[in-house]
Amino acid sequence: MLSVDEAQVARWRGLRDEISRAAAAEKVSLLAAEATRHRADNLRTIDAAQQGHIGGDMSITDVLTTLYYAVLDIDPGDPDADGRDRLVLSKGHCAAALYTVLSSCGYFSPSELPTFMAPLSPLNGHPNRLKVPGVEANTGPLGHGLPIATGIAKAAKLRGASNRVFVLLGDGELQEGSNWEAFMAASHFKLDNLVAVVDRNRLQQGARTEDTNSLDPLPERLSAFGWEVREIDGHDFTQLLAAFTPSTSGRPVAVVAHTIKGKGISFMEDDVAWHHKVPSPEQVEAALKELV
Amino acid sequence: MSTATPTKAPVYDNREAFADELCALAREDERIVVVCNDSVGSSKLGGFREEFGPRLVNVGIAEQNMVGVGAGLANGGLVPFVSSAAPFLTGRSLEQVKADIAYSQYPVILCGQSTGMAYGELGPTHHSVEDLSWLRALPGLDIVVPADRAETRQAVRLAAARPGPTYIRVGRFKVPDVTPEGHVLERGRWSILREGADVALVATGTMVHGALVAAETLAASGIEATVVNAAYIAPLDLDLLDELAGRVEAIVSVEEATLSGGLGAAVASRIAQRPTTRPAVRLLGVHDEFAPTGSNEFLLDYFGLTPEKIVEASTEALRHA
Ligand SMILES: Cc1ncc(C[n+]2csc(CCOP(=O)(O)OP(=O)(O)O)c2C)c(N)n1
Repeated sequence: MLSVDEAQVARWRGLRDEISRAAAAEKVSLLAAEATRHRADNLRTIDAAQQGHIGGDMSITDVLTTLYYAVLDIDPGDPDADGRDRLVLSKGHCAAALYTVLSSCGYFSPSELPTFMAPLSPLNGHPNRLKVPGVEANTGPLGHGLPIATGIAKAAKLRGASNRVFVLLGDGELQEGSNWEAFMAASHFKLDNLVAVVDRNRLQQGARTEDTNSLDPLPERLSAFGWEVREIDGHDFTQLLAAFTPSTSGRPVAVVAHTIKGKGISFMEDDVAWHHKVPSPEQVEAALKELV
Repeated sequence: MSTATPTKAPVYDNREAFADELCALAREDERIVVVCNDSVGSSKLGGFREEFGPRLVNVGIAEQNMVGVGAGLANGGLVPFVSSAAPFLTGRSLEQVKADIAYSQYPVILCGQSTGMAYGELGPTHHSVEDLSWLRALPGLDIVVPADRAETRQAVRLAAARPGPTYIRVGRFKVPDVTPEGHVLERGRWSILREGADVALVATGTMVHGALVAAETLAASGIEATVVNAAYIAPLDLDLLDELAGRVEAIVSVEEATLSGGLGAAVASRIAQRPTTRPAVRLLGVHDEFAPTGSNEFLLDYFGLTPEKIVEASTEALRHA
């Protein structure tokens, strides 16, 4: 198990306070700068490992940055605090994106990132809650996160606790039926403390989701399952912040975040080849130029 | 992700042999169809898709649906090959494999790809080491683990010709050819790749080549090993196993799978029925632990599945025989 990096936690607290006090435009530019830093660190992590899922990492970086720096009620210095908000990364193949953000918050030291996928490293290719502070669930097989998050949200209801639960899903992942069982249960249980964020980048491993097993019309389907649906541009921080305000409908909230796989690295954007391709040294250099 | 082969012999990707033979078969038989889960690339099915278009049914990331659809296609008179990364095909859909395929005795061919710890660093969720234990519990389901490309091709044919279901376990890393020219894979039969009177190394799939390497090392120190290619895990070759048990001092099973219920467990439970305590038995495989992070090569060493560890286990077993 990795341990907390206090200096990094202090940095996170400072930035988080600054963001919470800032005026709207300033908030957005602080979050954007932080997300760009995360993209660069993520790229370096994958370069060091020579493995990873860079396309899907880039598409969720803005969502993760917004959650960890402006939304979640957490204390990275006390990862297991009872009343904390939870984030479950259901698209577990994008572990590097989560690790990058968690380490920036001080859950563990960013100096661990280069061990991603190395022998005996806690930073496995898919997140493991027993090895990495801040990780709430062991994911990797798709279609597990939403049922787990539903259970966490139900536990909060049963205990009268007020924490919120966020789960980040791939859109291809929604082809797994387990999600739809959970969509039904969560609305039946009126889990208004649950937020499912769908990373709607419209690509999966081998092809476009709409050419594989289509999900459209996704918002309509989700509302038919009893969810309050909020459709946003998943790279627009103003819209992200608005989408994460608490439910007022008494229903669970589904945020359909329209995103771009490979976002931020021009030659990777919206190209299925970058699902788990590893960039060459020249490509890393070109990408870093765009990111720093 | 790479694994070192301690040999200069050319190596081949069994997934390619599998896909080639599937295409050849599909040319001859219109009933052949393939069902997959967003796994066209990893199952090497690009060629099949190009040639046979709609006969490739990609249900997306939905393995339970994939196996159920396979059962339905068989009911409808087709011969479906259901292909996916093995952990999701077996574990994710275990109840569909049990109820829809094995219990229903539909002639469906389940093709588990990239088995064992091929996806080393992706971790235990992506390893398929429990599949042999899980599936061996299901009556009427054949389990075949080809050791090289010739056997992979023959396994495809044998499975397609069978009126009931078969699980074919296909590795991800290239392996050398280990079976001799003209070798014929028969349902429920193991083959002997090398004869020796002292110890029998009963290995399966990705481990067969390592057992051959170990046998050479043992020979150099005066220990003669029989090397058995245990291609069928169900039905087991009990005749050959009984015969071996009567003539060697020790049997060592080797599998890239958990010890709780796979090949080794099957061998040990048969040997335990013998009236004598001989031969000594040792089981090599993944012991009771979720793998740490690491490459396939690292994990095979970690779990004692290298030729050196096979040699050690054999000499130790003989000391106590
Ligand atoms: C149950 C299961 N089946 C298959 C896979 C292999 N796999 C890993 S990522 C992926 C594609 C995921 O697509 P999506 O959910 O859209 O994620 P993104 O495109 O955002 O990376 C697949 C099929 C898996 N991890 N789990």
